[in-house]
Amino acid sequence: MIHLWLPLLLVCVLAGTGTYGVIARRNAVLVLIGVELILNSANLLFVTMGSVLDDKLHSGNVLPLFLITIAAAEMGVALAVILALFRDRGHIDLSEPGS
Amino acid sequence: MTTLDILFGAVGLITAASAILAVTTNQLVHAALWLVVTLGTLAGCYLVLGAELVALVQLLVYVGAVIVLVLFALMLTRAPVGRSPESTSSPVQRVAGAVIGAGTTILFAAVLLPALGGAIQTRTADTKGIATQLFGSWVWPFELLSVLLLVALIAALAVSRMPKKLPEPTVSSTMAEGESA
Repeated sequence: MIHLWLPLLLVCVLAGTGTYGVIARRNAVLVLIGVELILNSANLLFVTMGSVLDDKLHSGNVLPLFLITIAAAEMGVALAVILALFRDRGHIDLSEPGS
Repeated sequence: MTTLDILFGAVGLITAASAILAVTTNQLVHAALWLVVTLGTLAGCYLVLGAELVALVQLLVYVGAVIVLVLFALMLTRAPVGRSPESTSSPVQRVAGAVIGAGTTILFAAVLLPALGGAIQTRTADTKGIATQLFGSWVWPFELLSVLLLVALIAALAVSRMPKKLPEPTVSSTMAEGESA
């Protein structure tokens, strides 16, 4: 058995860290790393709640699988967009205006 | 404190520390590698919480595939190998980010911990039940997800093959006409 405040605290820390990463980074790939951290904190919250609640649909285990797949699809599209951006501008610095 | 408590505390501490390093390090490739540590130890967290299937999928898809995509994005955009302080914003924006990040953490903690922090996890995952539900109740979202993956794949291909913006189409076309004439 696990006292639930431990995973919940980790959820909070991961969400805050991801938010910091999204705001404080200028490189597009590093911003994406922050987004991944936020997504993972949501995943951990799903799993934590799924391990406590008596759910016949097992959503606590199924929804993280869906979320992981969606994150993978999002990464693929984001990689393509970043590459298009790099070809167009020559850099992926999000704080500079486009040409 | 139970054994699982201590185990989760240890793994979670590594997860939190590597997540913070992933968003603060000045070296681009190190950020991606710290993300590997974060996601890998998060799989360990799932394992301690009793969700073996999610832990394994996390390892396969996240650590296996998503990290490769991140590293590819870094390589294809010619990320510098050494320190690159220009990848992080100005100190003002960093302080603002830290304040907002800490605010998010405190807000979530203020909501989640009093509401649910007292509970104790005792259930063990039953993978057979998950499989039955996944291909029973959840089968249509599951199929929809495969369509989404296909759409994302085609969209990524279309975006990366987008024709380059022609710099001066009028000049080149008139030159070509002049040569042919």
